[in-house]
Amino acid sequence: MNLTLHVWRQPAPGQPGRIVDYPAPDISPDMSFLEMLDVVNERLIERGEEPIAFDHDCREGICGSCGLMINGAAHGPMKLTTACQLHMRSFKDGDEIWIEPWRAKAFPVVKDLIVDRSAFDRIIQAGGYISAPTGTAQDANALPIGKPEADWAMDNAACIGCGACVAACPNASASLFTAAKITHLGALPQGQPERMRRALAMVDRMDLEGFGGCTLFGECQEACPKGISIDAIMQMNRDYVLASATKVEAKEWSGSA
Amino acid sequence: MRWLLKFWDSTVGKKVVMGVTGIGLMAFLLVHMAGNLQMFLGADAMRRYAELLRTSEELLWVARLGLIGMAVLHIVAALQLTAINAKARPEGYARKVPQVSTLASRTMRLGGILLAAFIVYHLGHLTLGWFHPALVHLQPYGNVIIGFRSPLVVAFYVVAMFFLGLHLFHGAWAGFRTLGLAKRSAEPLQRAFALWFAVIVSAGFALIPIAVYLGILA
Amino acid sequence: MALKLDAKIPSGPLAEKWDKHRFEMKLVNPANKRKYSIIVVGSGLAGASAAATLSELGYNVSCFCYQDSPRRAHSIAAQGGINAAKNYRNDGDSVQRLFYDTIKGGDFRAREANVYRLAQVSVNIIDQCVAQGVPFAREYGGLLANRSFGGAQVSRTFYARGQTGQQLLIGAYQALEKEIARGGVRMYERHEMLELVLVDGKARGIIVRDMVTGEIESHAADAVILATGGYGNVFYLSTNAKGCNVTAAYRAYKKGAAFGNPCFTQIHPTCIPVAGDHQSKLTLMSESLRNDGRVWVPKKAEDCGKEPSQIAEADRDYYLERKYPSFGNLSPRDIASRAAKEACDDGRGVGPGGRGVYLDFADAIKRLGRQAIEERYGNLFEMYQRITDEDPYTRPMRIYPAVHYTMGGLWVDYNLMSTIPGLHVLGEANFSDHGANRLGASALMQGLADGYFVIPYTIGDYLASNKLEKVTVDHPEFTAAKEAVEQRTRRFLSINGTRTVDSFHRELGKIMWEKCGMARDEAGLKQALVEIPRLREEFWRNVRVLGTGEGLNQSLEKAGRVADFLEFGELMCLDALHREESCGGHFRSEHQTEDGEAKRNDERFAYVAAWEYAGEGKAPILNKEPLAFENVHLSTRSYK
Repeated sequence: MNLTLHVWRQPAPGQPGRIVDYPAPDISPDMSFLEMLDVVNERLIERGEEPIAFDHDCREGICGSCGLMINGAAHGPMKLTTACQLHMRSFKDGDEIWIEPWRAKAFPVVKDLIVDRSAFDRIIQAGGYISAPTGTAQDANALPIGKPEADWAMDNAACIGCGACVAACPNASASLFTAAKITHLGALPQGQPERMRRALAMVDRMDLEGFGGCTLFGECQEACPKGISIDAIMQMNRDYVLASATKVEAKEWSGSA
Repeated sequence: MRWLLKFWDSTVGKKVVMGVTGIGLMAFLLVHMAGNLQMFLGADAMRRYAELLRTSEELLWVARLGLIGMAVLHIVAALQLTAINAKARPEGYARKVPQVSTLASRTMRLGGILLAAFIVYHLGHLTLGWFHPALVHLQPYGNVIIGFRSPLVVAFYVVAMFFLGLHLFHGAWAGFRTLGLAKRSAEPLQRAFALWFAVIVSAGFALIPIAVYLGILA
Repeated sequence: MALKLDAKIPSGPLAEKWDKHRFEMKLVNPANKRKYSIIVVGSGLAGASAAATLSELGYNVSCFCYQDSPRRAHSIAAQGGINAAKNYRNDGDSVQRLFYDTIKGGDFRAREANVYRLAQVSVNIIDQCVAQGVPFAREYGGLLANRSFGGAQVSRTFYARGQTGQQLLIGAYQALEKEIARGGVRMYERHEMLELVLVDGKARGIIVRDMVTGEIESHAADAVILATGGYGNVFYLSTNAKGCNVTAAYRAYKKGAAFGNPCFTQIHPTCIPVAGDHQSKLTLMSESLRNDGRVWVPKKAEDCGKEPSQIAEADRDYYLERKYPSFGNLSPRDIASRAAKEACDDGRGVGPGGRGVYLDFADAIKRLGRQAIEERYGNLFEMYQRITDEDPYTRPMRIYPAVHYTMGGLWVDYNLMSTIPGLHVLGEANFSDHGANRLGASALMQGLADGYFVIPYTIGDYLASNKLEKVTVDHPEFTAAKEAVEQRTRRFLSINGTRTVDSFHRELGKIMWEKCGMARDEAGLKQALVEIPRLREEFWRNVRVLGTGEGLNQSLEKAGRVADFLEFGELMCLDALHREESCGGHFRSEHQTEDGEAKRNDERFAYVAAWEYAGEGKAPILNKEPLAFENVHLSTRSYK
């Protein structure tokens, strides 16, 4: 099939960018979206033009590297699917496709379609872990965890950190990402000792990074390729309220700025 | 108290304040609407209701200040959140297509401003008499009938109630979710309660100006 | 100059070696640990777990990854599970049995002592991961669930849906982020290692490229750890992530680290077949599918074009069940892959191009119900449907083998140190534990064993027993290495030929897959050894890399990786050519039994081939580490 692409091109961080149009003829419906971009790039290089830079790695929907706003939807039109697993059969011959990077103050553009998502790492650094130094563990079966709790933890642990939730949210909020980690660890008995501290520190870090707040549009849940539910945000808010109301010294949990 | 300031500082804290005040205002709306519907019972019923509300001037002011406080907190939190959210995406998309967000959720801010303006008008209209041709103390039935003689006033009330419905359709769902008071659900975007609440409250309010306009109440 | 390969295997009975060694190793005083700096390259299971643990111990750690976050390393893509000799099923498992299964699964080409240690620490890994909050699958009673995997007759695989690698990596990543926040680890994302720096013969630092600014940076330390994964992308099409490369390991090889058994590559039997020329990577379908799926092809070649439902039960050849009745569909990977190839070579392959076999769940769905299958494999089935547009609940999956893992890697001793003092190699990047074939669910086990439980002990011994002069990045060795890297970058950018980097990579991959893939023979390998240098010569003359070295340049990144693959592929073929036997993933067509099974030659080849770089244009030198099997009987592997 023959397509027309409208792609955001930006040479470097902080520099002005613009949408550039590229024809993409002879695209096979069996190609993945990124394979289509590969083909476009090969042709660009042959013509002596710099290829379009985009993040990608595993190309099987799990590493979370790829992230493209495709026709106004994070990761494109297919539900529960990352851009790398989206196939061109989801488009029709003659389609125009708009391809843009994630847009958020906390995700500055690095080049073309690549953004800097290190804010997510810093949210995890603030408290998205269980302190269990190597060698301190007891036997794995010493702590039974009911299947529903384990499943709920896993539902939220499935997050791949791609940033689609932020990209799709009209407020550019990272609530779903942050809530998924708070909920994953908070659902497990191992996660209880640090639960309150974690909720406070991660939410504060999220705000500090310049993400917006949650107003429950629901767009994040729809964009999430792993189907993480906004129920997680409820859990985050509960923990945050409880943690705020119970005593924790402020300097103890404020993340390093 | 430091924790409270810290709490208010966070986006989650502000949203929780909006949720709590929103639910408080929802309760007020329900009572207000039920009271209004006594219009259909006649002028005597309405007068008795008005007198009942004024049994104690002190308690009435407690309620009024509570309502004003909730509204102010709700509005200030909303304004601050709006500013934070606007800053969070300095450069927008060339193409952005809403996938599941409702019209209600996307018009919360606009609707909120309209409702604030409406509340000012409404108080000036039927409580303080600024915009009323002939407001008589403790004669609510007559005041309402006279107040809704103008089709423009009726239209404004009906439009405002439509936006109130939209505001509630999102708010009555989101408020409980923000406070973590909803149950986990396979379809978290479902909102039967909010739908019914929004329809009943906004229709209940809108019924009176329409009834006056149509001559059912006279 | 031949190397002296000393594996440093502790003396004493197998089961006591590790304990004895742990006691004998020197320790670094807790207060002194912060005086040592360690570089960790790679943030996958091995790298992240090592970096986090070393930081917890008090060392100063710098960790590097080419991805934008350490959470994205390719360990994340492992689906099926992780083995551990917990024997929670009470089904006869033990450390000894995991050890034996792994040695046998590796076709007796791994080092006994290393494998035994791996089996020993496997139990600690599960404990550690649970403590970190890894949400392993559980039974209703709250205890951990297990599943079976290929090459084993016990149920010892722990899993987290079809995302075990992801969950284990996130666990290690979280521990790493905790240490970053504490200040023990300095993380360098989007940094690619391009050179190893030796001072006085010891690994003392690396040269990296900041992939965002393009700056070439030098980093010095007291020891270097490479946890940079495997080199499966030499085949261009593999299940590896697009960024996986051999550069770090190959640069170390060129600086004197011996490369062990480069020809041992694993072809995974259950991948989604190639759809066309545009294919950029292959997608694995977890081996766990073989628990419930039955593999078959039509008995008659003329049935291949028919809809699978139109082929009668009697006309189907469930070839794994037929040939290997006791392991059946759960035969080890190398065997299952080769059997699929044979069926397709026989003209009985299905799907486009005839390179595919069916993996059929109809019986399992009938037996257990659709819901049970959905629960076990739902996400895999969805993935299959997204990619192929076919519904695996109603139509059998089409699968075909694909390059998946590389058992070969930098040679390391029992302490995981390479032939360069101070250079330690962990995880898939080393050669040590899987012999000629890796069993399913063992890669995660090895990565985490190396990172959490082995290197924290052995690196302390190295640091405590060597006097390490203070070295800074101003040392002439750093300046020279940096200059070499910069020169290489300039060279890529100045060629300005006519072909893209990918076109060279694809061509190399084709040569490797055809001549050094699932089956190899002398003629083909010799031909590859002619074709690869020719392609390499063209690459350096005719590649086109646009843009500049300053700033993000993905073509430049790829060019560096492909340039190394173009040299490394030759080494692989050389190793495959010299190993005149068939073992595990290395199948030489000349060496097979009458019924087509691999024929090992223990008399001549029971050794590790450790290749040593001899200089530009010179043939690499073969060093041999003989493998002594004192605790297992060298049997012919049989899964019949």
